Amino acid sequence: MNLRRDVFQAIADPTRRAILLLVTSQAMTAGVIASNFDTARPTVSKHLQILTECELLTQEQSGREIYYHINAKKMKEVADFIEPFRQMWDDRFNKLEAVMKKYKNK
Amino acid sequence: MEQKTKVNAENDKQEIVITREFDLPLELLFKAYQEPELFEEWMGTKVLKMENKKHGSYAFETSHNGNVVFRANGTIHEFVPNQKITRTFEMENTPFPVQLEYLTFEKLTDETSKLTMHILFKSIEFRNQLLQMPFTQGINMAHNRLQEIVNKLK
Repeated sequence: MNLRRDVFQAIADPTRRAILLLVTSQAMTAGVIASNFDTARPTVSKHLQILTECELLTQEQSGREIYYHINAKKMKEVADFIEPFRQMWDDRFNKLEAVMKKYKNK
Repeated sequence: MEQKTKVNAENDKQEIVITREFDLPLELLFKAYQEPELFEEWMGTKVLKMENKKHGSYAFETSHNGNVVFRANGTIHEFVPNQKITRTFEMENTPFPVQLEYLTFEKLTDETSKLTMHILFKSIEFRNQLLQMPFTQGINMAHNRLQEIVNKLK
């Protein structure tokens, strides 16, 4: 299985990206994470499961609670991450160009 | 093939410079940032507020399946049509501190223009953390573009 592709599929979903942003600040339980979203709790659980499976999140048991952390090992060196970041802006700007060309021809 | 969008992030600096040349006249490029409806269309977001003037402010939020998944806001410090926008940018509900953005718009030819986004972060660590966040929306964007093409074929 192509693990890298799994990671990219995992982060293609905006809710999952929002979850990753949320736990960047501190480890949280599933309940606390879910309370930040209007989405149904089982849906959030499913997202957490996917993020954990592709190792973007790690689980840590603390008493009766399970806390979710960002997995720092999955985070790469700056150079490796410039390309996805550049790609994101390139996509945005391509869209801008397309929108404005359409606008101009109206 | 030369890349249209370039990102320069030096190891020991707390900044990023993004440059892009557009196949658009300068006025149209600037309009994409000035008009809320157009900004919403290309950024795929909802503009809550956009006061394009010195000490004005802006806010936008992005939803997915009816849920707000991202909100950002900032204050505008300089707004000079067809030349520059200087503003702050803050992502809500994240640990990232506010960042300072200098946007410079330049005319290249009558039909082409260039945008330079110079972004300053609170620290090198925060800059790197932001770059390392798996933000990339490439997959969704590609889908959107595909959808556009498909719609045109209809």
